[in-house]
Amino acid sequence: MTHQMTEPILSIRNAVKRYGSLHALDHVDLDVAAGEFLTLLGPSGSGKTTLLSAIAGFVDLDDGRITLHASDITKAPPERREFGMVFQGYALFPTMTVRDNVAFPLKVRKRAASEIADRTKECLDLVQMGGFADRMPHQLSGGQQQRVALARAMSFKPQVLLLDEPLSALDKKLRADLQWELKSLHSQLGVTFIYVTHDQEEALSMSDRIVILKDGCIQQQGAPGDLYNRPRTTFVADFLGKSNFIDADITGRHSDILHCVAKGAAFDVQTDNVDEIGNKARLALRPERLRINKPGVELLAAKVSQVSYLGERCQVIVKHEGLGDLLVSCATWQTGIKPAPGLEVSIGWDQNACVVLAAD
Amino acid sequence: MTQITDNFRYWILIMPALAIMIIFYIYPVLGIWQISVTEPEAGFGNYVRMVDSSAVRTSFLITFRVAAITTVGCLILGYIVAYTIANFASRLTPLMLALVLLPFWVSVLIRSFSWIVLLGRSGLVNDTLRDMGFIDAPLRLMHNELGVLIAMIHVMLPFAILPMLANMRGISDTYVKAARGLGASEWTAFRSVYLPQTLPGVMSGVLLVFVLALGFYITPALLGGGRVLMISEYITYQIQEFLAWGLGSALSVALLIATALVLLIAARFVNLRSILLDRK
Ligand SMILES: Nc1ncnc2c1ncn2[C@@H]1O[C@H](COP(=O)(O)OP(=O)(O)OP(=O)(O)O)[C@@H](O)[C@H]1O
Ligand SMILES: [Mg+2]
Repeated sequence: MTHQMTEPILSIRNAVKRYGSLHALDHVDLDVAAGEFLTLLGPSGSGKTTLLSAIAGFVDLDDGRITLHASDITKAPPERREFGMVFQGYALFPTMTVRDNVAFPLKVRKRAASEIADRTKECLDLVQMGGFADRMPHQLSGGQQQRVALARAMSFKPQVLLLDEPLSALDKKLRADLQWELKSLHSQLGVTFIYVTHDQEEALSMSDRIVILKDGCIQQQGAPGDLYNRPRTTFVADFLGKSNFIDADITGRHSDILHCVAKGAAFDVQTDNVDEIGNKARLALRPERLRINKPGVELLAAKVSQVSYLGERCQVIVKHEGLGDLLVSCATWQTGIKPAPGLEVSIGWDQNACVVLAAD
Repeated sequence: MTQITDNFRYWILIMPALAIMIIFYIYPVLGIWQISVTEPEAGFGNYVRMVDSSAVRTSFLITFRVAAITTVGCLILGYIVAYTIANFASRLTPLMLALVLLPFWVSVLIRSFSWIVLLGRSGLVNDTLRDMGFIDAPLRLMHNELGVLIAMIHVMLPFAILPMLANMRGISDTYVKAARGLGASEWTAFRSVYLPQTLPGVMSGVLLVFVLALGFYITPALLGGGRVLMISEYITYQIQEFLAWGLGSALSVALLIATALVLLIAARFVNLRSILLDRK
């Protein structure tokens, strides 16, 4: 699902934040559509928290503008911005009960007591924490604290929820459950989510749009499928899923087909931006797009050097004379062969399996 | 087996300190209890006299009043200092900490005398005010409760600052940030999120200052000039001037009990164990 950028609810223009000589944010431009689930994804130190904090108002930008509903909030204090926020580590107030934590945003807004009580209960029920209202935060498990933090962030019905790695402290199973819950909450509430994570699977499974950050710059953004299938740089291809990289010389082109030669292997690549490509190109090839077969069947001869069995999939590292090690991932029930180290095989791929990358 | 050796080690390690406490502290205190019911004759005569005496009552009243005001003063001033040191990153932080600790290296006697130099009739404060034309006659800044309070608050301030500072340094700033992100003004975030988390530190600072102030001697004696008789000075009078060992001892016992009562009452409201031991 892609969101039409008719009128963004939030836009960031040319945001710059420096810490000494380090650029935590380096000329960032970003538009967020109403109702969107936007994920900021990037390795540790890439500026995700800094960007989210700038949006929330905890970090003063050195340059740039942030507008919410077309009004400038660059200099507004955090409490005027009306975002709901879930912090890395939750930050539940330790001296208040779960109920008081969730009621807090309503109390500071001086809502009527009956409304506070109703809304608090409603939010706690929504995250299935209704039975825990009188507990203190330290009496809750990590996942329960996370739910309370979420209930607190949405109790005053903000239009935008900011979430900084809300699931990072949880174990894998619980995380998967809560991912589903967050996702269904998102569609239920119609609220805009800006979600920070450094977990690429989480980003792929939850987002409408992913923004990939590196060293304070936006590398690429798009819907999960677009990003995964058409990464523009080596960094993105490598960070989002796994990729094999092939540096090839272009020996000819024919409508949307490139003829490529790389270290003894000659093959064709189908791409729609033929004209923009010079004499050399770097290609990314997803492991699951590679086929493995009996010798002679596919394009290139190779030899299996490592096999790891993952249940429904099987990851095989094969060695090709010129191209070196290539990672192949195939459904175990599909391979006509039983890969084992030392086995002679052949590998191949479709013309449209390779993605031509821009120079980094 | 290890149980026994561990136990044994524990007692070996604790023994020297325990012996010193028993020989030089517990035993003399028991001696005082004894004197209070044997001098000048056996019985509770000293206690009866103590309860009947209006001078003793006044002295206890002054003692509690001075201790209470000192505590409030230290609490307010100390909270501000501790808050500032704990919450504002600055190159000056180590210097500030040193300035808080510095008084511990200067004896209370010297600090109290310094206040006499500052607050006396022709002390620095009065002279300066007169030279600047603010006053004609010198203000009475000492040999009264005001002088005692000024010096007491100064002497006790580190005892208030240190526990509060230790507590505040353990409070992450994300709570206040979270509160502000959820719509609270700076003041509301402080009052409803930060302040409650500092209460353990506040309580331990308050207890420390109050209990120490109850038994303080040097500073009230010097700055009060005999006019602000707190209970310890009153005891000294009984023993040194009137050789009334019995009454003096009875007063000591009363002070000890009063202090214990304060702790007991405090224990009803707060967890003393966590306040005095964990500092978190
Ligand atoms: N207060 C600060 N002072 C100095 N440098 C900072 C400060 N806050 C962040 N940085 C630096 O800015 C860069 C971006 O930090 P940021 O916290 O945004 O990273 P992140 O993407 O959230 O990482 P993580 O996934 O580890 O949370 C990092 O190199 C960090 O060291
Ligand atoms: Mg972060």
